[in-house]
Amino acid sequence: MEYDVVIGLETHAELDTDTKLFCGCSTAFGSEPNTQTCPVCLALPGVLPVINRKAFEHTVKTALALNCEINNFVNFDRKNYYYPDLPKNYQISQNYFNLGNDGFIELNVKGKKNRIGIHNVHLEEDAGKLVHPEASDASYSLIDFNRAGVPLVEIVTKPDMRCIDEVEVFMHTLRNILLYIGVSDCKMQEGSLRFEASISLCRKGAQVFGNRVEIKNLNSMKAVLKVLAYEISRQRELLERGEQIVMETRLWDEISAVSRRMRLKEESHDYRYFPEPDLVPILVDKKNIESIRMTIPELPTKRHQRFVSEYLISEYDAGILTESKSLSDYFEECVKLTSNSPKELTNWIINDVLRVLNEKKKEIQDFNISPKMLVELIEMKSEIGGAIAKEVFSEMSNTGKDAPTVVREKNLKPLSNTAELSSLVSEIIGANPKAVEDYGNGKESALSFLVGQSMKVTKGKANPKTLLEIFKEKLANSP
Amino acid sequence: MLLHQLTAKQIQDNIVKRKISCKEVIEDLFNRINEKDSLIKAYISLDEESALERAREIDGKLSNGEDLGVLAGIPIAIKDNICTKNMKTTCASKILENFIPPYDAFVVNNLRKEDAIIIGKTNLDEFAMGSTTENSAFQITRNPWNTEYIPGGSSGGSAAAVSTDIAFMALGSDTGGSVRQPASLCGNVGLKPTYGRVSRYGLIAFASSMDQIGSFTKDVCDAALLLRVISGYDCLDSTCSTLEVEDYVSHINGKFDGLRIGVPKEFFGEGIDREVRNALMNALEIYKKNGAKLIDLSLPHCEYAIATYCIIATAEASSNLARYDGVRYGMRNQLSDDSIMEMYCRTRAEGFGDEVKRRILLGNYVLSAGYYEAYYLKASKVRNLLKSDFDEAFKKVDCIISPTSPTVASKIGEKMTDPLEMYLSDVYTNIANLVGIPGISLPCGFTNSGLPIGMQILGRHFEETQILKVAKLFEMETGFHLKKPELD
Ligand SMILES: [Zn+2]
Repeated sequence: MEYDVVIGLETHAELDTDTKLFCGCSTAFGSEPNTQTCPVCLALPGVLPVINRKAFEHTVKTALALNCEINNFVNFDRKNYYYPDLPKNYQISQNYFNLGNDGFIELNVKGKKNRIGIHNVHLEEDAGKLVHPEASDASYSLIDFNRAGVPLVEIVTKPDMRCIDEVEVFMHTLRNILLYIGVSDCKMQEGSLRFEASISLCRKGAQVFGNRVEIKNLNSMKAVLKVLAYEISRQRELLERGEQIVMETRLWDEISAVSRRMRLKEESHDYRYFPEPDLVPILVDKKNIESIRMTIPELPTKRHQRFVSEYLISEYDAGILTESKSLSDYFEECVKLTSNSPKELTNWIINDVLRVLNEKKKEIQDFNISPKMLVELIEMKSEIGGAIAKEVFSEMSNTGKDAPTVVREKNLKPLSNTAELSSLVSEIIGANPKAVEDYGNGKESALSFLVGQSMKVTKGKANPKTLLEIFKEKLANSP
Repeated sequence: MLLHQLTAKQIQDNIVKRKISCKEVIEDLFNRINEKDSLIKAYISLDEESALERAREIDGKLSNGEDLGVLAGIPIAIKDNICTKNMKTTCASKILENFIPPYDAFVVNNLRKEDAIIIGKTNLDEFAMGSTTENSAFQITRNPWNTEYIPGGSSGGSAAAVSTDIAFMALGSDTGGSVRQPASLCGNVGLKPTYGRVSRYGLIAFASSMDQIGSFTKDVCDAALLLRVISGYDCLDSTCSTLEVEDYVSHINGKFDGLRIGVPKEFFGEGIDREVRNALMNALEIYKKNGAKLIDLSLPHCEYAIATYCIIATAEASSNLARYDGVRYGMRNQLSDDSIMEMYCRTRAEGFGDEVKRRILLGNYVLSAGYYEAYYLKASKVRNLLKSDFDEAFKKVDCIISPTSPTVASKIGEKMTDPLEMYLSDVYTNIANLVGIPGISLPCGFTNSGLPIGMQILGRHFEETQILKVAKLFEMETGFHLKKPELD
């Protein structure tokens, strides 16, 4: 039987702020455990939260970038549950009055445009981290509260995704948008971006969705894709056998590559949400929203389309260039600096710049070669030749020196002095009588051989075109 | 007159004029504490050593001619649910029995800045939940007018300390009447400021949307003096007002022209003790004689106030008290093979008293799925109706007068058997917390058996000056506040 797959995604992104959501503690990653804590984020008796304005603005920005309606009355709610990494045993989140509602993201799945609905965007605080000792017989766990209270934006989609490809494109597009608008560094390895998925299967064309399974704590995009593939086949098998899908929450076990039951729907928490009385509702000012909207740059989908129409590069190349804001900024910076064709710049960036970045595991922001330096190199290409240009590029990327410096220091300047070249040509002619004879007999390829010999002697520094002309002239004049 | 019987303002005048040293005041006070507190049990902890050290510092400042804070040298007691740095703050609960805060509450910090001297922490109903101070995990505080009787609660320790003259001033907290009611039962002046007037930072939360720090003083002038110091904007409390603090002391004296006093019929109905009613009627007569107009009022939604209060207060409490879980601080009870869930249960089962558990259970119930709309949400709506009742009333009147409590102090043990009756006794006070308005209680008579009767004056939001002024007028006309309990 054929099935429709219905997938929804909840994304948590750590917001890029200096301090936590409700206190002044630092949010820096990787410090010694519990060094970034205070009475507020440790939930000592008598403390109160104070909202971080920057985190609030970042959430508004996110909601706007995802085409949401911004609620003009925003409030926080307490989500009550007990867990040792949650100091207050409630999380300050939003439930009744989310910051943003009813948005969408436009996807381009293999050339097909598609819209995924955003149910809501809201702001909440992160929990701490349990650290389990390595010894398997240890009878304790430790808690690091450095992360407790770090601001998170939660983005909840509608159940609009129908296949894994869509999910993959969605995650990349969303990550890209968050990076473009600068609200999160989206570093998966530091837990800045985390996902929860919900998935159900129903008979193809059925009006009613099947029973939903939720999967928690997915720390990489790969894990999301793997667990969804696993769930689709698990649920399909059950349905084929005529069994029911149980409403439940499952956890993904990365090592054995299976999902396991965490709890049944009936066992799920009753979070007993109620409005947070320690914070005052925020009346969102229209003017304020507009001024935040002004700070949103051109988003990737739009930029992609513009690159294709304005610079006449392929859809595919435009896709790669707009993959990150900083890369597309880099590209446009280069375009502005040169009259060379954007196509040539694109080739350089995709083939050379990205290759080196990949090898060096670097981001474009930390790249040794600035747009100005790259353009300078490309403009020297006609003079120094492609092979040398690549060599110069490689040296530039290692040392950070500009092209003229590299050419000078490594003595890569092409031999352009005609007198020098002329004597070189005479030498080569003298040393290769056979080839000269062949050329005289009308064998054109002999000329290429002679030029090649000269290149060898000069280690590629001579301009082959000039050489060719001198050879032709000399051989024509020789008896 | 004996030193300890002076008001805070009087003792301070003596200190500033160098008729007496700060050190002498503290020594005298601790002598009295040592003599009387064993009868009253107002204090959970005392810190004589630090108090003396502080006194010496202030004496030093005085002799050097340095500027002094406005509460210089005044010994003050703090309810033990207000955090004091390096001083145990227990909430009268086993679960925080050995908890030492690493920080001062906003109000405590202000007191220190103004050179007040903190002498100790006073008893309360555990986590401020109760009206008798019998729900303390450590001790039962007694009413100085008759030690067989309760002092009221939950700030019973602070109330009893001031009336016993073993503190010149005291701070309490008022979530449903916990300052005004014990002030009434102990016969002193209890002030609950407007919600947002005083920062809650460092006040251990019971019901966040109603908690407010208030004061116990020997007269209205001292209340005005103390309010000025504890009020003001605090960037650490988002619900704190930015409104400027007034110079209350200089505005409380003087006559009124055509003061309009609201007398809500709902506050003088069934359940009110005859002697309390009579005392109030006499009080209203005194105002009338002084030119005030008495205006009959109706606050139609009052009958729902207690139910509304119970739902909102317990809901917030159930969540506020979730942090006492044995993980990070406070008591932890755990057997070696306990799971985390078992540790939570054991700690909380043994750490909390019955009244606290009752309210946590109630609160969790009213918030649970399927009940939220019927209880919490509905209560929030009624709360808004109550607010509009008062908005309407305050268009017609300048303040509202009622008994603080329908009855005077009851015997110890009498009310513990029936929690519902205890909740009902807060009927006149908890409306002010639901609505957020300020209220003051001051003595307005005594029963034949010699127990104090309190009168409550409620005012508009942030009009503390007005109710202090109305109270001051009564105090000058009557002098009930000057009567002292005989404690020998
Ligand atoms: Zn902190």
